[in-house]
Amino acid sequence: MSTITREDQAVPASALSERRPLGDRGFQVLALAAGLLVLVILVLIAISTTQQASSWFSTEGVTGVFSTTWNPAAGKFGALAFIYGTLITAAIAIVMAVPVSVGIALLLTEVVPPRWARPIVYVIDLLAVVPSVVWGLWGILVFAPWIAGIYSSIGSAVTGVPVLGALFGPPTSGASFFTAGIILAFMITPIVTSLSREVIATVPAIEREGAYALGATRLEMIRGAVWPHSQGGIVGAVLLGLGRAMGETIAAALVIGSSATITSHLFAPGDSMPAVIANEFGEASGVFRAGLMGLGVLLFIMTIIINIIARGIVQRSARRQRGA
Amino acid sequence: MTVATEQPKLDLREPPSWRRTKNRIATALMVLAMVLVVIPLGLVLYTVIARGASVISWSFLTSSIPVQVAPANVGGIGPAIVGTIEIVGLATLLAVPLGVLGAIYLNEYGGKNALARVIGFMADVMTGVPSIVMGLFIFSIWVLHFGFSGFAGALALGCLMLPIVIRSSDEMLKLVPDSLREASYALGATRARVTLTVVLPAAVGGIVSGALLAVARAAGETAPLLFTILTVTTVNRNLFSGANTALPSQIFANATSPYVGAQARAWGAALTLVVIAFILMLVARFVTGRFTRQGR
Repeated sequence: MSTITREDQAVPASALSERRPLGDRGFQVLALAAGLLVLVILVLIAISTTQQASSWFSTEGVTGVFSTTWNPAAGKFGALAFIYGTLITAAIAIVMAVPVSVGIALLLTEVVPPRWARPIVYVIDLLAVVPSVVWGLWGILVFAPWIAGIYSSIGSAVTGVPVLGALFGPPTSGASFFTAGIILAFMITPIVTSLSREVIATVPAIEREGAYALGATRLEMIRGAVWPHSQGGIVGAVLLGLGRAMGETIAAALVIGSSATITSHLFAPGDSMPAVIANEFGEASGVFRAGLMGLGVLLFIMTIIINIIARGIVQRSARRQRGA
Repeated sequence: MTVATEQPKLDLREPPSWRRTKNRIATALMVLAMVLVVIPLGLVLYTVIARGASVISWSFLTSSIPVQVAPANVGGIGPAIVGTIEIVGLATLLAVPLGVLGAIYLNEYGGKNALARVIGFMADVMTGVPSIVMGLFIFSIWVLHFGFSGFAGALALGCLMLPIVIRSSDEMLKLVPDSLREASYALGATRARVTLTVVLPAAVGGIVSGALLAVARAAGETAPLLFTILTVTTVNRNLFSGANTALPSQIFANATSPYVGAQARAWGAALTLVVIAFILMLVARFVTGRFTRQGR
């Protein structure tokens, strides 16, 4: 960021007089139009998808939309099972990805020298370029069959134990909420790591040095100097990761098991909003298609709200860091 | 009363304590976090390379897509590669110029005014819109009226790329020193001329590298293509009418197939896709590296 404000900056002499060349004004209009395109697209997404979903909202009503039965053959289109699946897989992903991401971010900024940090950043970037469908392919053909055995032995071990039995007991399946959560965790780790790293890097060096000068160990320095400064920003990064996890489609569609159920059993097959859209939209028509479109609308609203909150938090904490 | 007979030997090293042990544990946990990420990444890349390399050959990359029951040594993924290049290429042509123009508005014209701040913020928010929603969006505004086509897929991918390009170009334009702009204004240049002939050339390396990363991301996206190009198995050179195909959609179609041959082709296509994304990333890094060296 430059520290010079707009008012101090030089402006072309032509901007001061009214006789600006047509090309100059034309270019400004063009640039403005391109900028406005972002707002136009967001508004169009909201309007066009809602319009396509309207027959679902009108036939099912609020109670129908938020009911648990999704049975296209019987004409029942309740979204609750998918909302539940989306939230539960995203929660599993966040619980696994956040400690790992923050750990790597701290490792990169506080522990290793820059010479070592660069290859680690390459590895994280590599993680980010593996396409969603490749994660899904690996998940369904390699990972799910392998982990199914682990699930079933955990499942039989905890059967009858009060809370654990309800969470991890049978039925178990390789393609399940938990598998989807693990794959999503891999996929959101790069973004949470890079955002946390940016936030942690803004902690003033003088506070770090102050903590070390008082005899703090590295852990105490992180708790006393880094954490209070970066807390807010990391919460924002986590929310952005949550938004990503909720909207991630293809990997989830392949490994979640495609079964519209609400269950506390995390090792059981389930379904999520983006997954069911991807898997069933092709064959859908009428209210069925409107219902899937409506799931898209709900997903759009949920992710937009999360993203607005997250970006707000990140921007505010970035502004605070810069002083003022 | 005697003076201290002997000065105890000073040990400047901190004594072992619970504090230091905790510190060590914390460091070990951070390294463990790194390992937890490297292992699955290594496993995925290993599987993709091991299973993909055994099917990949020149004829695999160029021959047509057979029926799913066909064994692994029959046919290939030629049409999918052609489709991916066509669709991602068109998406790039749509999104990159518009994204760079948007960034020019944010940085050169808007500055700190309210509209530019809102647009910048919403561009950030737009990067979080799920890709499947982009697919549904293009389905409802384009496909319902004009039918499935490669162009619809390109529109959906373009919508995904646009905010990424705006954000990365904006960051790069911010790095161009104001003295360059001021010098050009002093020579009497208009703002459009300064932007096009001074500011953009100064930032072009970073803009290109940001655009390449956006292309890499778009090339791997499946969800926006599902309901816009309607995966077929033949080459369709006409982007503006008729269904098309792409690498990610073929992988998705084959991943759930029970046939070993189809799965093998999915691994081959996955390796091709990962290699494409990886090359784009390397080129982006190379361009950035050159750019920063020149900047110094």
